Amino acid sequence: MTANAQAVSQTGSVADPAGHKARPLRLITCGSVDDGKSTLIGRLLWDTKAVKEDHADVLRRDHRGQQNDLGLPDFALLLDGLQAEREQGITIDVAYRYFSTDRRSFIVADTPGHEQYTRNMATGASTADLAVLLVDARVGLLEQTRRHATIACLMGIRQFVLAVNKIDLIDYDQTRFDEISATFRQFALSLGVTDVTPIPLSALLGENVVTPARKSMPWYGGPTLVNVLELATQRTAQTVGFRLPVQRVCRPDEGFRGYQGTVAGGSVKPGDSVVILPAGTVANVKQIVTFDLVRNAAVAGDAITLVLDRPVDVARGDMIASIDAAPATGRHFDARLVALSQDGINAGKHYWLKSSSRRQRVRVEPLTSLDLGSAQWKEADALPLNAIGTVRLSFDETAIFDPYETNRDTGAFILIDPDSNNTVAGGMVSARSTDIDGLEYGQDRDHVVIALPGDLADRLIASEAFAEMRDRADIRRVGAKQAATLLRSID
Amino acid sequence: MSDSKPPLDPNLKALESEAIHIFREVAAEFERPVMLYSVGKDSSVLLHLARKAFFPGKIPFPLLHIDTGWKFSEMIAFRDRVVAQFDLDLRAHTNPRGKLENVTPFTHGSSVYTDIMKTQALREALDAGQYDAAFGGARRDEEASRAKERIYSFRTPDHRWDPRNQRPELWSVYNGMIGNGESVRAFPLSNWTEVDIWRYIQAETIPIVPLYFAAPRPVVERDGMLVLAADPRLPLQPDETIRREMVRFRTLGCFPLTGAIRSQATTLDDIIGELETATVSERQGRAIDRDQAGSMEKKKREGYF
Repeated sequence: MTANAQAVSQTGSVADPAGHKARPLRLITCGSVDDGKSTLIGRLLWDTKAVKEDHADVLRRDHRGQQNDLGLPDFALLLDGLQAEREQGITIDVAYRYFSTDRRSFIVADTPGHEQYTRNMATGASTADLAVLLVDARVGLLEQTRRHATIACLMGIRQFVLAVNKIDLIDYDQTRFDEISATFRQFALSLGVTDVTPIPLSALLGENVVTPARKSMPWYGGPTLVNVLELATQRTAQTVGFRLPVQRVCRPDEGFRGYQGTVAGGSVKPGDSVVILPAGTVANVKQIVTFDLVRNAAVAGDAITLVLDRPVDVARGDMIASIDAAPATGRHFDARLVALSQDGINAGKHYWLKSSSRRQRVRVEPLTSLDLGSAQWKEADALPLNAIGTVRLSFDETAIFDPYETNRDTGAFILIDPDSNNTVAGGMVSARSTDIDGLEYGQDRDHVVIALPGDLADRLIASEAFAEMRDRADIRRVGAKQAATLLRSID
Repeated sequence: MSDSKPPLDPNLKALESEAIHIFREVAAEFERPVMLYSVGKDSSVLLHLARKAFFPGKIPFPLLHIDTGWKFSEMIAFRDRVVAQFDLDLRAHTNPRGKLENVTPFTHGSSVYTDIMKTQALREALDAGQYDAAFGGARRDEEASRAKERIYSFRTPDHRWDPRNQRPELWSVYNGMIGNGESVRAFPLSNWTEVDIWRYIQAETIPIVPLYFAAPRPVVERDGMLVLAADPRLPLQPDETIRREMVRFRTLGCFPLTGAIRSQATTLDDIIGELETATVSERQGRAIDRDQAGSMEKKKREGYF
């Protein structure tokens, strides 16, 4: 990145005082109604000068007299972009805001606090690196706060800021702040989250949001909200195995055949051996083509065109993956779901499932539902709107997934109701169902466990005979020593 | 493309990859996509990204330009150059009724004019082409109702947007399933900001209409707006005089409705520098946004982009 910046400045580009060069940090703000979420975001935008004068003028003109005592516009009106929202004084839908400091730029998913709009919160959380959870210092943690933290955590967020807002209204009481922080830390631990930064702040007065408030809170020596955001880490999928979900096949003429998609994990370079799933065919990477030049490597996040060294059958929805760290394939997977539709998710109903570029029919069987009050998973056979549950997915044809924990792109999916075409659930795969697929097809047939050298296995897997029955085989790559141990345990 | 071009910084690269992903996904999932091309800077970026997305193949869908007949003449000249240079399939459409009844921004007022010559014209052209997906260059940072827009924005058979009933859009998994006559507007630039657009134009040396750069131009001041007085069709009021001023445009639309700004920015560096310190938004120069708060939402609901 440093080399990059130098190269740009050498070619005479302008300096970049506004931090536009780093990838933006994506964050979500959540909290209950009236915790001051809109005021906080408004304050962030205002203090980082992301609000332009003509926008502020429209606010002033449309809502005379609603300015607060500080001569600032009503921030909530700045954010609630829909007429219905302004009329009802609440946020209905997720909106995205953009601001930047000298060090970094940010995308905020601004999500509604009302329980009936939880689905929008899940939407915002799906792409976020960090969650800012708001609580009213006078009220402390609410069930809705816990609910939002749980959903954020399920969606894979591991960095939390606990913004204890309206601290001015409790006379900057450190004891109360410590109490709320401790309660939340404990709750976060139960979710497995350890990265929690509590900050006492007043969004209205702008204390500890962008500007520190040493005078009113001499007892607080921690960072401001913006400090934390500037230093937060971004999730990347670069350390896992190579994944290219194929979006389309590019064939401009007889001589060229490229597979276009966005790298969803790991990296790739010419010469790498890859497996094409679900068929199981093996090939080598010949070229990585982009508009600018033929590249010698591509990493997670890059939109590329991949050329293979041999004519193989690859179509949209297939996945090209590294041969020694391929994703799981099978017809049954376990997953967690957030139900997003009024009709809920019902047992035995067929849905369309879309994951990456792959869309296939699926039957969903709800198993448990999370009771957010008690944090217990309880048995369930349907999931109503906004419910979080575990389900079992059964496919007619082979499905391809990574666990969401290891790869957000290849472990996430949406469910689409074939009757309404609506998106009715967001899901995260936890694992392939434990029973080996093959067993379900013919319980009376023998299954053989073989340990082979990797290169021999690759040749076998590449064969047509194997490809035909690929989804009845269960393959794990292990070291020779571990293979020996496993086989011994069978004896 | 030269090999000596410095690589994109991580921010622009991430934005570029996301846009290319959206282009490819829509092209693969829909039967008859089309790309709205308005000749402005965002459209220029959109076109560049489309060429990148399908390289080494050609862009697998046509471009559609809604020509109100009142665009800046430099825009039309630029459009025709670009179409020839990149060998594009561009279809221009003007509302025949508006032409026949001589609907102009002067005679009918900006909101009736915009409805007939832009919104209705767009709906006609989309219906005529039976397009099931239309790419647009809208960005979420432009305007409050656009901040709520999905990347795949669902439209009913009569092109209406229902902002209260949008499909949830999680991760980068897009739901492209639609019924008969329904369509999707797709926005590959959703997450770009105005500065990103300019920095990308600079990094990729993308050609843009010269009106974006400051130059001495004839203007008249009208309702607090600097209107370009280069077109003989502009009726002058008795108290108006044409002056030459150093001006440029932050956005380009119909010349009678788009105000220029006084500026000395003659290069991309200047423009980016000017943006870093700008205190007003880019759409401030657009008369059609100012009718009332929420006017963009109203137009969008009716089928405007």
